Amino acid sequence: MSYQQTWKERAGPERGMEGQELPYVLIDSIGGKHGVFEDHVEFLKKHFQLSTMKEYLENKKFLSEKIRAIYMWYHKPVINEGLLQSLPNLKIVASSGVGIDHLDLKLLSSYGVKVSNTPFAVSTDTADFGMTLMLASSRRLVEGYQMAISPNREYFPADWLGAEVSGATLGIVGMGTIGYKVAERAKAFEMKILYHNRNQRNKEEESAVGAIFCKKIDDLLQQSDFVLLSVSLTPQTHKLIGKRELELMKPTATLINISRGLVVDQDALVEALQNKVIKAAALDVTHPEPLPRDHPLLKMKNVIITPHMASATKKTRRLMMENMTESIEAGLRGLPIPNEVLL
Amino acid sequence: MFRIPKANLQVMAGEELPGVLILDVGGTHGVLENLAALLKKHFRVITLKEFHENKEEMRKKIQSVFVFEGRPTIDRELLESLPNLKVIGNSGVGVDHLDLKMISSFGVKVTNTPHAVADSTADIGMALMLTSARRLVEGCQIAVSPDTKYFAVDWLGVEVTKATLGIIGMGNIGYKVAQRAKAFDMRILYHNRNRRRKEEEEAVGAHYCEKMEDLLQQSDFVMLVVNLTAETHKLIGRKELGLMKPTATLINISRGAIIDQDALIEALQNKVIRAAALDVTYPEPLPRDHPLLKLNNIIITPHIGTATVQAIRMMTEEAIANILAVLNGKPIPSEVFPK
Repeated sequence: MSYQQTWKERAGPERGMEGQELPYVLIDSIGGKHGVFEDHVEFLKKHFQLSTMKEYLENKKFLSEKIRAIYMWYHKPVINEGLLQSLPNLKIVASSGVGIDHLDLKLLSSYGVKVSNTPFAVSTDTADFGMTLMLASSRRLVEGYQMAISPNREYFPADWLGAEVSGATLGIVGMGTIGYKVAERAKAFEMKILYHNRNQRNKEEESAVGAIFCKKIDDLLQQSDFVLLSVSLTPQTHKLIGKRELELMKPTATLINISRGLVVDQDALVEALQNKVIKAAALDVTHPEPLPRDHPLLKMKNVIITPHMASATKKTRRLMMENMTESIEAGLRGLPIPNEVLL
Repeated sequence: MFRIPKANLQVMAGEELPGVLILDVGGTHGVLENLAALLKKHFRVITLKEFHENKEEMRKKIQSVFVFEGRPTIDRELLESLPNLKVIGNSGVGVDHLDLKMISSFGVKVTNTPHAVADSTADIGMALMLTSARRLVEGCQIAVSPDTKYFAVDWLGVEVTKATLGIIGMGNIGYKVAQRAKAFDMRILYHNRNRRRKEEEEAVGAHYCEKMEDLLQQSDFVMLVVNLTAETHKLIGRKELGLMKPTATLINISRGAIIDQDALIEALQNKVIRAAALDVTYPEPLPRDHPLLKLNNIIITPHIGTATVQAIRMMTEEAIANILAVLNGKPIPSEVFPK
């Protein structure tokens, strides 16, 4: 079913009829490195009157009363108390992506503003990317590529070897939607799958992917060849992986992070990698992003870092945009909000 | 793991272990030390240097040759100098570097290692597909570049999940690729000399394309998993690349010569296809001024399809089992015959 069809069935009367004003939605900007995608604007304009931050600041008197929603694309515009105070009719903030650690949910709630995210749109791409990092790291793909194109025509050493992914043990920390999709993919590589989660999944879900629950994260860390982090960032998961956890891992193990940089104690990670406490790391997320250009992690041969791109595909970005549009419209009409984030 | 039958391990009193010729132990191209140790359990290991230094004594002892990374080269001169040679045990599945007809004319058998290579090669196929689609290498460069101040949000790759994968060559390795791709919810098409059984097709959800053209026109990713033979030489040329989608990616984990490399350069330069990811080229390595090395929509890796600790050990074990089977007159697990 196309987006339009499902939306119409739920929302009621036709949109954009003559005389009916479209709701005003605040965005940061259009185009460039951080703005709303230019090829999304046509769709958005069918549903909303868009106001960029620049336009808002130039016409505060008129727009501050009109703006009823914020379309937050990659953490912009930044929402602080000042902004909330000057938007008396703000009802909902739709945030792109699944992470909401950049939002002060308590503050927003105190102003009666609802919040939505896009957890499902990002899940398959992120799981795919977790697998990509694991395979690229284990088979030393980036290093291999650099050797293949290097102007120094050295013989390729016969003892240059990677490690097999097929048949290895994968420990998934955080078995939510993304973690489970990783497990589904890893199963096809005949990996042994362990997982640690706040709650154990039901038996059918576990046997469908052959995943074994580890109540204690220590058990998972000690047995895994690959440890993949797919948790949300909360006070409980902040620095979840520190010196102690890294030392519990095998010296031949690889840490893969597709969650948030702050889930890992980064200084402890640097030390562990330098002292060969673990073999390698593959990180799509760090703290901060990007890292300072002289950071030790950027120089290590056994580390792959990518620029937070786990959900960076055209289709997924478009789906996120459609999900956010849906959430805003529902929020403004007082209907149940798809993908609402509750305190 | 390859079970080497117990009978083969018994050495009768006074009888020497059969001789196996290798290029060398260690060094740039020699057999790895730990693999040589495996060989020494079953054979008297003779290096090419030792053979040349003591031809008269050594020539009669050599009953087998262990070919590792394509070495030593098997030519007529070598075959003529080894009167008791029974078998050439190749480490790896591809035997396009061996003149099978010529070797056979000396009454010498050839064996390869199809089972040991399968998982690691299928994994590399998946790794290349994912790495190319999601632009991992470029991403790494951005992440570490001294010029990077912030990460752009409009920098995008293409999806793998639910895309269409066309597998050309559905043997051992191709089938394992299909098994992995299925878990990514990919639509799988395949082209093969022979159609697989219905149960095999259904197990991975693969659709047979009798005409390769149909596969090329429908696939988002085309993966080459065939042997190099007279029939598959330059299988993918200008016409085939032209049939592919402009958004498609070509992945090669077979042999470089299966692709018409000049046609590939043109196709990538003119954006006839989106990108290519090659673990194999012709030659290996490419000359340093080769146009393929200058394109930004290609990933090349230095033939690392079986470059894992596990695979390389398993290949040696499989080669040993094959060699011993020949020398002991037992059924040979993986003999390769000339066409």
